Amino acid sequence: MWESAFGRRVLNESQNTNKGRQLTINILRCNPQQQNNQPYMQRFELEEAAGMTLFLALNEIRDTLDPSLQFDFVCRAGICGSCGMLINGRPGLACRTLTRDLPPTINLAPLPGFELIGDLSVNTGKWMRGMSERLETWIHDQQSTDLCALEAPMEPEKAEQLYELERCIECGCCIAGCGTMHMREDFVGAVGLNQIARFRLDPRDNRDDDDYYQLVGDDDGIFGCMSLLGCHDVCPKSLPLQTQIAFLRRQMLKVALK
Amino acid sequence: MKRKALKVDEVSDSCSANNGIPAIMDLTQSLSGLLLALFMWAHMFFVSSILLGKDAMYTVTKTFEGYYLLGRSYPWIVSIAVAGVLLLFMLHAFLAMRKFPSSYRQYKVFLSHKAGLKHQDTSLWFVQVYTGFALFFLGSAHLFFMLTNPAEIGPYASSDRIWTGNMWPVYLLLLLAVELHGSIGLYRLAIKWGWLQGKDANQGRRRLGVLKWGITVFFLVLGLLTLAAYVKIGIEHQDRAGERYHPQPSGHLSDPMKSPGRTT
Repeated sequence: MWESAFGRRVLNESQNTNKGRQLTINILRCNPQQQNNQPYMQRFELEEAAGMTLFLALNEIRDTLDPSLQFDFVCRAGICGSCGMLINGRPGLACRTLTRDLPPTINLAPLPGFELIGDLSVNTGKWMRGMSERLETWIHDQQSTDLCALEAPMEPEKAEQLYELERCIECGCCIAGCGTMHMREDFVGAVGLNQIARFRLDPRDNRDDDDYYQLVGDDDGIFGCMSLLGCHDVCPKSLPLQTQIAFLRRQMLKVALK
Repeated sequence: MKRKALKVDEVSDSCSANNGIPAIMDLTQSLSGLLLALFMWAHMFFVSSILLGKDAMYTVTKTFEGYYLLGRSYPWIVSIAVAGVLLLFMLHAFLAMRKFPSSYRQYKVFLSHKAGLKHQDTSLWFVQVYTGFALFFLGSAHLFFMLTNPAEIGPYASSDRIWTGNMWPVYLLLLLAVELHGSIGLYRLAIKWGWLQGKDANQGRRRLGVLKWGITVFFLVLGLLTLAAYVKIGIEHQDRAGERYHPQPSGHLSDPMKSPGRTT
């Protein structure tokens, strides 16, 4: 180690002889494309590097140990929501999970509740599209839009509130962490309820609570939620799902009691 | 997620639009649970009056039989109250049953999810399923006995029922089931409707969690001490089981024996 010209202590690569932990990564392997493919756990051993994320570990496995391993990633920064998986039984993003926060033995499995593409890769997009179509998660505006006119301004506070919920990356972790969802496949899940809360806030959407009640006012919607809060606790974006779901429940009850 | 398919019966019944029933059912489940939990707190304080002595419990019993208000004891007043609680209990059970796993697949998938996630609120919900199921039987057994034998409450009558009548195992299990189910249920109720959470919902939830465990421990300890007190009296009184308690003739407590509800 030596002092740099700027006074920073810099690691000399040749002196950095500290070896990382030996990690054992067990991965649930299954390729539905192949006939008679039985799921099995495959064990991989690798050395932990400084600041290693699960995403980096998986790339190392694919580069050096098994090129057939399937998993998804795009952004590597917790934005695209592609690398959601079960990490020691808990849903999370591989790119946002540091291996140093985990025990030396790590079990990985694909996110339950979604169509399996292969190994750790699941088709969250197909599920999310279905959710979006069912809950009509787009701006409903009866008036024709004049594309040449200036867009109506939105209050900054309102825009902030909206953005807070819009941060959802549809990674599917809330679905995999929801006990209700596991038992009842038609349940809309926290991602769907959050979308309804988001469009309720949007002043550009002309729908009122009666319309939203038609979408989520039943036991497959807001009244099916059993408040287990798995969604809230595993959300990689720390969305306020607990308060949003409770708020939506109260609002939908008001519609029913009108 | 697939788009929900439209079923033929929904079209023919013209009920594909959501009506208010699911919301009312959710609210009624919550309110009936809240009332039952509050009733159980009050009930625990009344039965634990035995810890203050036989006279204290005797006074509580006579109060609910209307002795101090009406001048005589009418045990049927207790029957009416029990009938009300029983109806509320049945309504809550009917509504809460909708949430139970309804097939082996659902049961298995939830258990494996619970085991993998190791998440307290998810695990506690299953405790509610187990205790709720147990209460179908334990709660009903107790309520039906009280409905039909309202006069069988008193320092000796209750102790004899618990010890000589061999009911103590039922009451021990009932105590565990009620206290766990009630305190977890109240916690979930607050989370579900967003009550008592303050400005920071995460912190509010932690506070509620601590409060929940505090309430569980308090009522379990109070309940176990109370049950032990009845068992002790029951053992001491087993040779004279069936005999009723009469307070020492020192004032207003000596009168109720002339009333129709004298079998205390």
